[in-house]
Amino acid sequence: MTAPDEVLGAQPEAEEDTSPAVVGRRPVETATLAVVLAFAVLMAWDNWRTGIAWESTGPKAGYFPFYVSVIMAGACLWGLAIEFVRRGTADAPFVRRNQFRRVMQVFVPTLLFVPATQWLGLYVSSFILIAGFMIGVGKLKPWISVVTALVFSVAMFVTFEIAFDVIMPKGPLERLLGY
Amino acid sequence: MEAFGLLLMGFKVLLTWKILALMMVGLTLGIFVGVLPGLGGPNGVAILLPLTFTMEPTAAIVMLSCIYWGALFGGAITSILFNIPGEAWSVATTFDGYPMAQKGQAAEALTAAFTSSFIGSLVAVLLITFLAPRIASFALRFGPPEFFAVYFLTFCSFVGLGREAKHKTVISLVIGLLLAAIGMDTVSGKLRMTFGSDALLRGVNFLVAVIGLFGISEILLTMEERLALRGHAAAISLRVVLKVWKEMPRYWVTLLRSSAIGCWLGITPGGAIAASFMGYNLAKRFSKDPGSFGKGRIEGVFAPETAAHASGTAALLPMLALGIPGSGTAAILLGGLMVWGLNPGPLLFVEHKDFVWGLIASMYLGNVVGLVIVLTTVPIFAAVLRVPFAAVAPMIVVSCAIGAYAIQNAMFDVWLMLLFGVVGYVFKKVGIPLAPFTLALVLGNRSEDAFRLSMIGAGGDLRVFWSNGLVGSITTLAIILLFWPLIGRIAEGARRMVRPART
Repeated sequence: MTAPDEVLGAQPEAEEDTSPAVVGRRPVETATLAVVLAFAVLMAWDNWRTGIAWESTGPKAGYFPFYVSVIMAGACLWGLAIEFVRRGTADAPFVRRNQFRRVMQVFVPTLLFVPATQWLGLYVSSFILIAGFMIGVGKLKPWISVVTALVFSVAMFVTFEIAFDVIMPKGPLERLLGY
Repeated sequence: MEAFGLLLMGFKVLLTWKILALMMVGLTLGIFVGVLPGLGGPNGVAILLPLTFTMEPTAAIVMLSCIYWGALFGGAITSILFNIPGEAWSVATTFDGYPMAQKGQAAEALTAAFTSSFIGSLVAVLLITFLAPRIASFALRFGPPEFFAVYFLTFCSFVGLGREAKHKTVISLVIGLLLAAIGMDTVSGKLRMTFGSDALLRGVNFLVAVIGLFGISEILLTMEERLALRGHAAAISLRVVLKVWKEMPRYWVTLLRSSAIGCWLGITPGGAIAASFMGYNLAKRFSKDPGSFGKGRIEGVFAPETAAHASGTAALLPMLALGIPGSGTAAILLGGLMVWGLNPGPLLFVEHKDFVWGLIASMYLGNVVGLVIVLTTVPIFAAVLRVPFAAVAPMIVVSCAIGAYAIQNAMFDVWLMLLFGVVGYVFKKVGIPLAPFTLALVLGNRSEDAFRLSMIGAGGDLRVFWSNGLVGSITTLAIILLFWPLIGRIAEGARRMVRPART
């Protein structure tokens, strides 16, 4: 993990963020390993149910993925053991409060965007997402934002729907226009 | 010189207006993607892949590989003008590129970067042209055990040679293998790990995972870091280009060394990132004046850029010849091949000659055209960076969603993409590498099939992987690579025992 640090170090413009850490790096790492371990156990169990033994034609369907899950569980346990040995030593922040707020600023609208595509159609939702994000988060001029969002959504529509025949979820507006 | 005739045939395939136009579009999109922070080679190719689903394979691969060349070129622009590497492999370019821009030599630095990229790619393409067909025809004799041994070698070299903590690389690899196995078992037709869900019947789509892991997670990371863009303007005049080109032959040793490093690290999955740093460090070490590096020395731009591009291009060699991608982007291109119904591997050279040679020819042409485009349009692309990220971010989100949905027309895939976005964000931050995951996901089914077929053939005897000289040496090499760090430590310890350290 040397490269990303150097990426950060290469930006003298980014000011130092001193807001308190939401969570430390070590707890997140431990939690990640625990989740992956649980996943490995679940998968191993399911494959064991499918069958990991040999039959007359060769190994059963669960054979290969079962042993892969076992390796995965082993690697997680190893990682957890390292974390356990290192507990109590200094920790770096996983994410600071200001950073976390910015991440949520993009993640929450994206999360809302996905169900919205199902009833408004993809292109209308894109327009709302882009215009809303530019005005709300970017604090850009409303008319620039609306025009940009409109141009982008229409360009996407023309590219995918008309030029390349790639079908996207559509909503009331597209139906009104006859697509 | 059979390769030469076939290459000419490849050029014939290429030289239609439609394909040339697609090349230009691909290159422009690629440079754009390379310039934008938060997007890069693998993300760009993954997001734009759906555009090519309706094209015929040759046109599609030409456009996709041109996006890749474009992204490779584009990374250099941001590194030099803005001190922000658009790609991890451009980090080493900032060391001397940005100081040059500060001294008012931005145009020289850019010309040097583009030209050396071009040279690096050219060396690697020449290597592909003459080596790939040989390797492929050699690999035609491979049976399942040999193929599994080669896959195993690839996985092991990731674990043994990667810079990340070993258990994290292993976790990343096996998650990929496991997710690839979800859905219908290709050998017995049985369902596994679907937990009764219809959406999981088809398994986890490789491209959906890639778009989430690289596209969405990158947006989250970029938002978190909040990039402040302040850069230098630049336009390149013909005079500067000629001046740099005249200077270039003096650095032939550096160029050659970096090309060799790049080719080697591209074929083995060391990757462009390692290659660029190694190219830079070696140029510095062998220089008569190492102190001048980092202060705006043109050689410090030549060295990493040549290596990064040679590596990025050489990564396609094992993909074409053996069906094993040498990098994340190559893995995505491989995923594309499968979507178009082509089976990557040595048979490709026999069954789809025009496709393979069209692709190789497009590497030559794409790099020449790419060089001309970047040299002439730098000011436009530098202006792209002044577009606020608040406008770019939602557009990338929309492109990712379109990409994920278009693959199988399934809303489930869009949700899955979001999930992978979060997973990618967390993994990157706790240091679990994503490249092994991508590779394992794309190779998962084929490595399982190879393993099971060899097991069936041998009646479950693991000694089949040492049953003849070829497969035995590949397997042994794989195991040596897997334990390479350990072996290194033991060797170090042994040396100390023999000759105690003087302190």
